[in-house]
Amino acid sequence: MQVEVNRRGDAAVISVSGDVDLYTSPEVRKAITRMCKKKVPVIVINLAEVAYMDSSGVATLVEGLQLSGRYEGAFRIVGLQPAVREVFELARLDHVFAIFESEEQAVGG
Amino acid sequence: MDTEEVVENIVEIENLMVSYDDRVVLDGVNFQVRRGETMVILGGSGCGKSTLLRHIIGLERPTSGRIMIKGRDLTVMGEEEMSGILSKVGVVFQSSALFNSMTIGDNVALPLREHTKLEESTIKIMTKIKLEMVGLSGFESYLPSELSGGMRKRAAFARAISMDPEILFCDEPSAGLDPIVGAGLDQLIIKLSKALRMTIVVVTHEMESMYTIADRVLMLHNGRVMFCGTVEEFRACDNERVRQFIERRPEEHHEEESGQYVRALTSDSF
Repeated sequence: MQVEVNRRGDAAVISVSGDVDLYTSPEVRKAITRMCKKKVPVIVINLAEVAYMDSSGVATLVEGLQLSGRYEGAFRIVGLQPAVREVFELARLDHVFAIFESEEQAVGG
Repeated sequence: MDTEEVVENIVEIENLMVSYDDRVVLDGVNFQVRRGETMVILGGSGCGKSTLLRHIIGLERPTSGRIMIKGRDLTVMGEEEMSGILSKVGVVFQSSALFNSMTIGDNVALPLREHTKLEESTIKIMTKIKLEMVGLSGFESYLPSELSGGMRKRAAFARAISMDPEILFCDEPSAGLDPIVGAGLDQLIIKLSKALRMTIVVVTHEMESMYTIADRVLMLHNGRVMFCGTVEEFRACDNERVRQFIERRPEEHHEEESGQYVRALTSDSF
């Protein structure tokens, strides 16, 4: 699994590729918490290259939502593949996150 | 399942024999569980279902035969290797088997704390997600003794799935649950299989549940495989024992058996 962070104006886009599971989700968490510590106003998680995510990945995103909420930052998700969307639905979190169709929309809000 | 898809067997049982003294409980059992499917193991009480499950999860060593999990034989491996293989396996025990001195939240979080390097904050969210999935949201600080039997059973289910296992074994998960909660658990099994690509093996004798969740059915009788196939094949099967099970017909007692019964009652066996 790989995590890449790119700044786009006020936003930080965290692009994840590969499976996010018990062993790889700490890497995603590290990238998210780093951006939250900097109080980046908009954090976009791009999951277009993620075909599998387990509940540790979902829990990590919940933490991101919580941490960014503390400084009123926006936490957005883009590129949910159907299988990953099912995990969100299983955890009943599909309506909790701001989910966008494209990175452009997510960055622009 | 697509017929051209390569089928991977994640569990393979080969000629499994289990006997206690001279009582044979499993008598040459052979079957495979394919990755991603939900297999239901059916059979009457005492047919060897739970014994089979205890052996597949490494709690007991068989008399002979092989138990292959992900291509590796459980019957010949040491404890450390077995522990590695079984870390990908979740088990819902019939008796719940929760730690009574721990809260429900700690019971569910325990495998994550012991087997992963996740942050405590992540573990707590995962635990709450799992409790929400089984309808026990808000019960994380309760002790098992403060919950009903059905709630303990659901907590045990939450603990079994806490690590999002590759393979989930359930020993009569809906026994003792009311029909609504039981149906909810069946739906959760279907969703786990689909969303998390989980391979699930459920031991039960509840036919409604079997028809809802199973891709394939294995039926045991007197320690032997009586049937193994899809749900449609099971419905159409003309084997007398399978028909009796499907049609819920009681055993018929013959005269010779009555004679045997009287001899058993009057023998000096104890």
